[in-house]
Amino acid sequence: MNVSSVLRRGLATLISAFAGARVATAAGDSEPELPEQAIYYANHSSHLDFLTIWAALPGELRRRTRPVAAKDYWGSGVRRVFADQIFNAYLVDRHGSSGTRQRTSDSGVSPKGQVEGMAEVLTAGDSLIIFPEGTRGDGETIARFHGGLYKLAQLHPEVPVVPVTLANLGRILPKGEVIPVPHLSTVIFCEPLYLAPDEERQAFLARARQVLVDCLAEHQGPQPTDASEADERVSPPRSQARQDDL
Amino acid sequence: MSGWELGLLDSSSLKLLGGVVLVLVLATAIARLLGRRLGATSTVTNLKQRINAWWLMVALLGAVLAAGETVTIVLFLLLSLLALREFITISPTGRGDHKALVWLVFIIPAVHYWFVWEHWYGMFSVFIPVYAFLFLPARNALAGQTAGFLQRTATIQWALMVCVYALSHAPALLQLPIAMELGRDAAEGSAPGAGGATGAQLLLFLLIVVQGSDVLQYVWGKTLGKHPIAPSVSPNKTWEGFIGGVLSATALGAALWWVTPFTPFMAALLAFISCVMGFAGGLVMSAIKRDRGIKDFGSLIPGHGGIMDRLDSLCFAAPVFFHTVRFFYT
Repeated sequence: MNVSSVLRRGLATLISAFAGARVATAAGDSEPELPEQAIYYANHSSHLDFLTIWAALPGELRRRTRPVAAKDYWGSGVRRVFADQIFNAYLVDRHGSSGTRQRTSDSGVSPKGQVEGMAEVLTAGDSLIIFPEGTRGDGETIARFHGGLYKLAQLHPEVPVVPVTLANLGRILPKGEVIPVPHLSTVIFCEPLYLAPDEERQAFLARARQVLVDCLAEHQGPQPTDASEADERVSPPRSQARQDDL
Repeated sequence: MSGWELGLLDSSSLKLLGGVVLVLVLATAIARLLGRRLGATSTVTNLKQRINAWWLMVALLGAVLAAGETVTIVLFLLLSLLALREFITISPTGRGDHKALVWLVFIIPAVHYWFVWEHWYGMFSVFIPVYAFLFLPARNALAGQTAGFLQRTATIQWALMVCVYALSHAPALLQLPIAMELGRDAAEGSAPGAGGATGAQLLLFLLIVVQGSDVLQYVWGKTLGKHPIAPSVSPNKTWEGFIGGVLSATALGAALWWVTPFTPFMAALLAFISCVMGFAGGLVMSAIKRDRGIKDFGSLIPGHGGIMDRLDSLCFAAPVFFHTVRFFYT
């Protein structure tokens, strides 16, 4: 028990309290049984997402879990210190060159080679938290998955792929906002998936995405009465070309 | 009166708290007995959880009153914020409301409770119903989303009125004794804590009567309840529970007249009004929960649900109790 582990535990408690995060399984159990090693993937609507999953994990699993985070946001200054020292994040370069800081970009493009790096994390025995949508969404719809999840499952078929549904976090800190507003959120750990031997890429990604879609529909808070947002939901804006790497 | 005092607590308040502790000891013993006889059924487990939570809540209340008015007001500010968080979680707000929600959560409650702490009645009684009421929709209109505007704005306003404005009248009772003794002008801007032990007695009287009424309505309803008052809102609220609970809690209030500045008759009348208002609060919150398709507002208090599930009756009773006392006694 050293200072940083106490600090980590304190921070995890703080994050969970602020996000009002209730941890549950899809069946409604409040204490999920999680595998020793896993690829956690979740829907993405807020910068708080990986913090909240990280905080929701039991201490012994948290130590060996590396959130995958964007280098353009977490790669410099104070955030870098947090990402490295506290969360042990695995930083990926979404935009090709590390110098660009395009925080408002809608695309989650990434250069080739990132997945191999993540696979090495798994080889070393650690778990990963990834967001296969590649970028933050509006909190109500889940965008198409990028291919990285499939490749990781292919490279490490023995590691369970655990779907994590995050409800209401997008309302705490929506895209484009700076100050988080407390809401009660829910972190739901669903049943692990495994890649079937002959499963196609698109089939696996669609299956993985559908777990989150169904679970979110069940646990989502009230839908906004806002008609314009409802319109956006039908055709999510995806302006730039993307590679199916991350 | 003896000279013992600790913060806002004097010997009368201590007797009140002692009475509550006795009831809790009795309840704990009964729950243990039931547990031994019936085994760990879900009702018994829930009952034990509820009683344990009561122990904590009573200990917390005693501690903050002993620490003084400032700490008590900070506690109620925190309760307001927790209630607000539960309320906006179930409200149909959208992304366009975020800027208004920042004001709603981080600025307005703190300013409001600051006015309560300053004993500035003229300001804390109008700040939210006038200034915040007009400011929030304007801020929201600037954000530019018009769809569902009235509904979203009204929901935000309602959350603020119930969770912050209404609830803050409970700690505002602490300053009423100054107006009762020295007049309303002298009370305006008086020092925090100047209400002394009488303020704490008023607050304890209200809390014991309202929460006691909740418990008694539950007990009467469980034992004799047959005819639901509003079956589409809550099948658990029956005429038998309502009448039995309100009457017995009114009797409880009358029996506590000696700790208040009231006559036995006025204590009974004020208790009766508070219980009826408390019932109304529970009914309204049940209607909201039914509409949103949830059973509880949250899970912060084990056995009880969320903060709002415990404070719903107090939110409706506190402002009316405050103004009735202020009207008749100052």
